[in-house]
Amino acid sequence: MDIIYLLLPIALVIVIIIIGVFFWAVKSDQFDDLEGPAHRILMDDDINEKTDADNTADKNINK
Amino acid sequence: MIESLSPTICFHCGLPVAKNLDIYVLYQGEKKPMCCHGCEAVAQAIINSGMDDFYKYRTSTPEKPDELVPEFLQQLKAYDTPSIQKKFVNETDSANILEVSLILEGITCAACVWLNEKHLNSLDGVLNADINYSNHRARVRWDNSKIQLSEILESISRIGYLAHPYDPEQHQRILEKERKQQIKRLGLSGLLGMQIMIFAVAMYTGSWWGIDEAFKQSFRWISLALTIPILLYASSVFFKAAYRDLTNKRIGMDVPISLGIAIAFSASLMNTITGSGDVYFDSIAMFTFFLLSARFFEMSTRKQTSEATEALLNLKPAVATKLIDYHDNQSSAIKYQQSLSVTELNVGDYLLVRPGEIIPADGRIVHGISGINESLITGESLPVTKGINDDVIGSSTNTENPLVIQVSKLGQDSVLSSIQRLIDEAQHTKPAIAKLADKIASWFVSILLTVSAIVAYYWYNTDASQWLEITIATLVVSCPCALSLATPAAITAASGQLAKIGLLPKRAHALETLAHATDFVFDKTGTLTEGKIELVKVLLADNDDAIDKQYALNVAASLEANSEHPIAKALLTANQQPLITIKDLNHTTGQGIRGCIDATEWFIGNSDFIQHHCDTTCDINYDHSDDTSNIYLANKQQCIAIFTLSDNIRDEAKSLIEQLHHAHKKTHLMSGDRIENTSSISKQLGIKHFLGNLRPKDKLTEVTTLQQQGAVVVMTGDGVNDAPVLAGADLSIAMGKGTQLAAATADMILISNNIEHIFHGYQIATKTLRIIKQNLSWALLYNVVAIPAAATGHVEPWLAAIGMSASSLVVVLNAMRLNRMQLK
Repeated sequence: MDIIYLLLPIALVIVIIIIGVFFWAVKSDQFDDLEGPAHRILMDDDINEKTDADNTADKNINK
Repeated sequence: MIESLSPTICFHCGLPVAKNLDIYVLYQGEKKPMCCHGCEAVAQAIINSGMDDFYKYRTSTPEKPDELVPEFLQQLKAYDTPSIQKKFVNETDSANILEVSLILEGITCAACVWLNEKHLNSLDGVLNADINYSNHRARVRWDNSKIQLSEILESISRIGYLAHPYDPEQHQRILEKERKQQIKRLGLSGLLGMQIMIFAVAMYTGSWWGIDEAFKQSFRWISLALTIPILLYASSVFFKAAYRDLTNKRIGMDVPISLGIAIAFSASLMNTITGSGDVYFDSIAMFTFFLLSARFFEMSTRKQTSEATEALLNLKPAVATKLIDYHDNQSSAIKYQQSLSVTELNVGDYLLVRPGEIIPADGRIVHGISGINESLITGESLPVTKGINDDVIGSSTNTENPLVIQVSKLGQDSVLSSIQRLIDEAQHTKPAIAKLADKIASWFVSILLTVSAIVAYYWYNTDASQWLEITIATLVVSCPCALSLATPAAITAASGQLAKIGLLPKRAHALETLAHATDFVFDKTGTLTEGKIELVKVLLADNDDAIDKQYALNVAASLEANSEHPIAKALLTANQQPLITIKDLNHTTGQGIRGCIDATEWFIGNSDFIQHHCDTTCDINYDHSDDTSNIYLANKQQCIAIFTLSDNIRDEAKSLIEQLHHAHKKTHLMSGDRIENTSSISKQLGIKHFLGNLRPKDKLTEVTTLQQQGAVVVMTGDGVNDAPVLAGADLSIAMGKGTQLAAATADMILISNNIEHIFHGYQIATKTLRIIKQNLSWALLYNVVAIPAAATGHVEPWLAAIGMSASSLVVVLNAMRLNRMQLK
């Protein structure tokens, strides 16, 4: 059971790292908007190929 | 999809499309119907820029966009002036790169955020745009040499949203900083608490099954090491608050909390050093974590409300157009204009106020004649005609013609400021119901401290080895965890529900007072009514069959086509036909308009105007006592038609009043408008008590009288004229679309503008109060059982910690029931 004397400091170090990461995350505004990212991931951004086709279609209508 | 179900629903905004309207937009090869040109322009702009996926992703329809008018664009231009930008815009390190925070209006779902973000980022010159989904704020960085701020704002309007630059108030910045600190404290105590708990479980099971003393001692030390950061960083808030309370000679929740933590820590510290006995580091961590969570939720609610309020308060830029080198009666010198911020004005300055603009300061008209809408101050919904040498009040709206005014009063002396002072006075006399909860808490705490002291003294004298352990158990077991969570947990849950219906509490006592309300007082214009004049009836003079209602309306609308008057707008909205060209148009402000169609001369205006110009009077057998206003159309020989215009009652108003009566509440209507209008609306809605012709001060007096008779008054209003009474009522609700001053004084803000939600708010409030009472009784019952047990030495500190946590959990779970509440 002497391994505990090694594990205890390791646990301490890990906790310190985790808290450090957490504080960094808070500081860099990652907790400011807790709803947005959940929605944002669902929106596709790569739809620009269609744009030209749509524009020509619109122009035809406007005529 | 919803759009395809019925062909008569507007594809963009979801409102019904008028039958004979034929506007379409091509979306993915299909013709989609549009309800107006505003929607058409917006939908076309969205599709043209390749962002038509917006329609695929959206989960609710956006608000109907306003058509872009030149005045609006002119107002946007003001944002490019450096003196006005100073307030909103931040410069960055590189030249020409500027940054601004914007409030976005009209966001209804996540797709709106996506659309705006994409749209902004696609603009040439915009470097970066981020939108925060939860508070609808955008941060935009742009290159000032490529694009102007006004162009950015304009392009947002083109896709149907409205953006205002804003300056996050000092208060808001502090809240933001505080929130970050709280998250850090919460995270730290949670993460470390978990670690401490691991060792605590080992020690608890160890004292049952047996544990090597060497291990136990190292666990004690490591727990101590982990607790110190919690104590110094997270729990420090309690110590600070307790210290503040004590120096103010008050006893709040923080005092026993600090005392409990301090005693538990010093006892554990001693036991760790001596290497014997129990340690309570886990209790300290858990306790801190629980209490901090409760406070965090409470704070989040407050932040949400303050953001919503701020959005209302910062909407309009205070911009004035100053005329340089203008002297009395020299209207030719109008060309030297300068846009500047209202704070830079001086008494005696000459200002140009265009139609549709807000008058920036109190002043006197030196040139021009126009209708001024003073509904803000008087509650009267129709504009008042004012001419040279008449006084105008700052913040009222110029509706018809350009005016030149000379500033007479500024800041402290202005009419608005004097109303503000009236509000301040009223706020000082706020009823004391709010303080009751605090009183109970400090009463409980004092008793608790006395009991603990007695327990400590008793056990110190009887069995000195046990006194510390038992005193700690007493403090921990009773520790006002459940008690302190009882109210915030319920209020947090309730706030979530209230946010759903768009009723935001601004002050802490709002829910409690709403639940106790006996009398509901409403303002008329803008509260029970929509505050917008609409055409309700067209009545034809029966002596001419050649003219039908459609044609009469068409003539009327054509005559009024160039007027900014609300009546003209109402007629134009109602008219479906193309306008007729009018010759020799002649406008008499505050009276009427005349003009020629072919050979016939037409007159439209009030009855005096018609009598003055025509050979007839307009007394079509008609009872005009009931309506806001009638307007007459006539030709030289005879009266043709009467248009009845009225401020529409909100659809939800009737059911709100019915529900309130059903719940045995008294309803009142208090208005600054004419008594006839007040009584007619009251009759339609079934309100029994109504008063008209009231000045702001009279309303306050009336409400005070009610309060003296024992009523708990809930006042709902929207205008500046309501502000004093809003401040004086037990609970005040301001309409979200109302004026800033009303929102600033109110206890709650109805963002959704659906007044039926006031009743739903009442339901939530009563249920919340019931749950708070249940929670408090439970916490009290638990304490009545636990404290004597602990005081007599029957509860070990670890058992006390479990008991405390369990009782807190019950309280939280009970509060969660509010989230599942169904609203009728």
